[in-house]
Amino acid sequence: MHVLHGRIRLPALALALAALPASLGLSGCASSADPNTLIILNSATEPHEAADQQRLFDQCAGPLGLKVVQESVPADQVPSKALRMASSHSLPDILDLDGSDLPTFAAIGGLQPLKPLGVTFSDQSASALAMGSYQGTQYGIARAVDSLGLMYNTDLLEKAGIAPPTTWDELKRDAKLLTHGHTYGMAFSATPNADGVFQFLPFFWSAGGNEAHLGDGAGAPALQLWKDLVDDGSASGAVVTWNQQDINDQFVAGNAAMMINGPWQVPVLGSVRTLHWAVAPIPVPKAGDPVVPPLGGTVMTIPRTGDLAKEKAAAKVLDCLNTARNQLAWGESEYYIPTRADAAAQYEKDNPQLAGFVSEIPTARTRVERVGENWPTVETALGSAFQDVITGKSTPQQALQQAQAQVKAGS
Amino acid sequence: MSIAPTVAVSAPADGATRSRPRTGPDRRSVVLRWCFIAPAVAYMLAFFGYPLVRNVVMSFQRYTPATFFDGHAPFVGFANWRAVFDDPLFTDSLWHTLVFTAGSLLGQFAIGLALAVFFSRRFPLSGTVRAVLLLPWLVPMVVSAVVWRKLLDPASGILNSLLMDLHLIGAPLPWLSSPNAALASAILVNIWIGIPFNMVILYGGLQEIPRDLYEAASLDGASAWRTFRSITLPMLRPVVTVVLVLGFMSTVKILDLILALTDGGPADATQTLGTVTYQLSFLQLNFGQGAVVGNVLILISAVFAVFYLRAGRSDLGKEG
Repeated sequence: MHVLHGRIRLPALALALAALPASLGLSGCASSADPNTLIILNSATEPHEAADQQRLFDQCAGPLGLKVVQESVPADQVPSKALRMASSHSLPDILDLDGSDLPTFAAIGGLQPLKPLGVTFSDQSASALAMGSYQGTQYGIARAVDSLGLMYNTDLLEKAGIAPPTTWDELKRDAKLLTHGHTYGMAFSATPNADGVFQFLPFFWSAGGNEAHLGDGAGAPALQLWKDLVDDGSASGAVVTWNQQDINDQFVAGNAAMMINGPWQVPVLGSVRTLHWAVAPIPVPKAGDPVVPPLGGTVMTIPRTGDLAKEKAAAKVLDCLNTARNQLAWGESEYYIPTRADAAAQYEKDNPQLAGFVSEIPTARTRVERVGENWPTVETALGSAFQDVITGKSTPQQALQQAQAQVKAGS
Repeated sequence: MSIAPTVAVSAPADGATRSRPRTGPDRRSVVLRWCFIAPAVAYMLAFFGYPLVRNVVMSFQRYTPATFFDGHAPFVGFANWRAVFDDPLFTDSLWHTLVFTAGSLLGQFAIGLALAVFFSRRFPLSGTVRAVLLLPWLVPMVVSAVVWRKLLDPASGILNSLLMDLHLIGAPLPWLSSPNAALASAILVNIWIGIPFNMVILYGGLQEIPRDLYEAASLDGASAWRTFRSITLPMLRPVVTVVLVLGFMSTVKILDLILALTDGGPADATQTLGTVTYQLSFLQLNFGQGAVVGNVLILISAVFAVFYLRAGRSDLGKEG
């Protein structure tokens, strides 16, 4: 129980509960009256990330005679914070949204189309463009993106005499071979939230699953694969509680020979001298099937604040942030992959270890291009589906039928 | 140390004013009296009354992200309520919430009371040990949850290693990763967190019991168990009510612990009303349906608040 609340008066406590959702409507005060100050809402809550961001913002805004002030909240709170700011007419000048949240804000007319404001999209990859667009209009621009790959412990695979698996059958076989003692062959995150669903998508998509038609059952083999890996003992049953960070911890500790994870883990992996690792594409159902990695990351948007001068100033800053040089600087400082083809090529040259991630970006798919603003409901439904299957509560077909019903009820 | 009066404060303000006999038309003192009450009333209305009404209204509206931009939230009658009640997840989470609350209270109270009785006898280092037992109280809920998640990990968790080394279990137990065990594990963690609160308040209550009662009992040759049943428990009754009702109120709305431990999983086995309302409102941005679940929580709490006020009143009456 929550002890700190123990002494609060009881009626007050009951009422305070009520205040939680309703207080959303109350306030949020970011908007600055100063015409030369731009407010940006993002999720740079880590000091080093905030500092890296600020350096680039200052570089871009300084010559324009502008100041940029960051307001940072944890990533999953950015949308609700932005809504709160909208209701109090204090929207930030730049909103750094997770790619999967863009449709929600674009659909309700909260964002300005970027091209009319003068933002250019030169040399951006098609997948990055898709992440920033809603119904054919560019509302956001991604500076850098991320995705997932199969990261493996080269020492353990060498010792077992195997090459990284490319098909699901190989994955199951190799994961079993690599499992002994404290070490599981495979680790992935299957939490019922954004982390787990992000990891599930590449399997779901390469099986032919379509998140807009969950009930057609095409994604069932992907559910079965995850269940098989756990049932075989090749992956721990605890994957249902492990987020992507936990997976990485397991991998670093030598408790997993292979894992699904993304480039943002590289700083941690790189700091462990004794660990040797490499990246391979995520295995596909049959040899020759295309790999369909999910595209993650944030897009920078300009909310409709009604202040055209500031919106134009924000557009200029966005343009500057997306020069090849600045994209590269940002990508290299945070281990994200630049979205411009020229910057990405340079990035690959500078970071050969990450080539596996860089090469898959052009074919990566965004989470929202098929379901748009319904994504949050679909995400919850998919999360329930794989949790139900892994824990044996439902068969893959049943789980997908339920997910379909859940999406229908929620939208 | 007396806890009961601190907590009972909520009732008295206007009870006291009412009971004072009105001698003479002393208008200035009436005005003055209202001046003292007004800030409290204004505060309650602004911070509790308004949100409560808004939340009830919201549950009958189609309240979406668009509402934040254009302020437009059409009334949809009982559509939100129907949608929530039709979802099997709601019934499951209601059930989980009740089991979680009952289990947590039972464990916290029983262990807390045992420790309070134990420490009410003075022995060397009793003060120090009692202080150490307060530690779970000092740790933020989320930190406790994250640490417990590591402790309960089936492969690398220390709890399983310990039990296996002691040969109490043959294979690692899936504390949080099996739908059958997750709710029980969450209850265990919450019991651990809640023990200090119960212990401290019950210990305070024990100190209030007059020593001479115990002396009289021992002169009469009462056994330890008899003394506990016939003196300690009855004298402790007001404090017990307070502890249980406060415990209920703060446990029934559990959210942060569950989010950090299991995020409602595995397979929705630890979804509570708190996590469901959080998911609906803040992840799916379906504020209308989120408000419905929030209202149900408020209703449950309100029922217990009434129960508590009644119990508090009769106890005070007896003492006076």
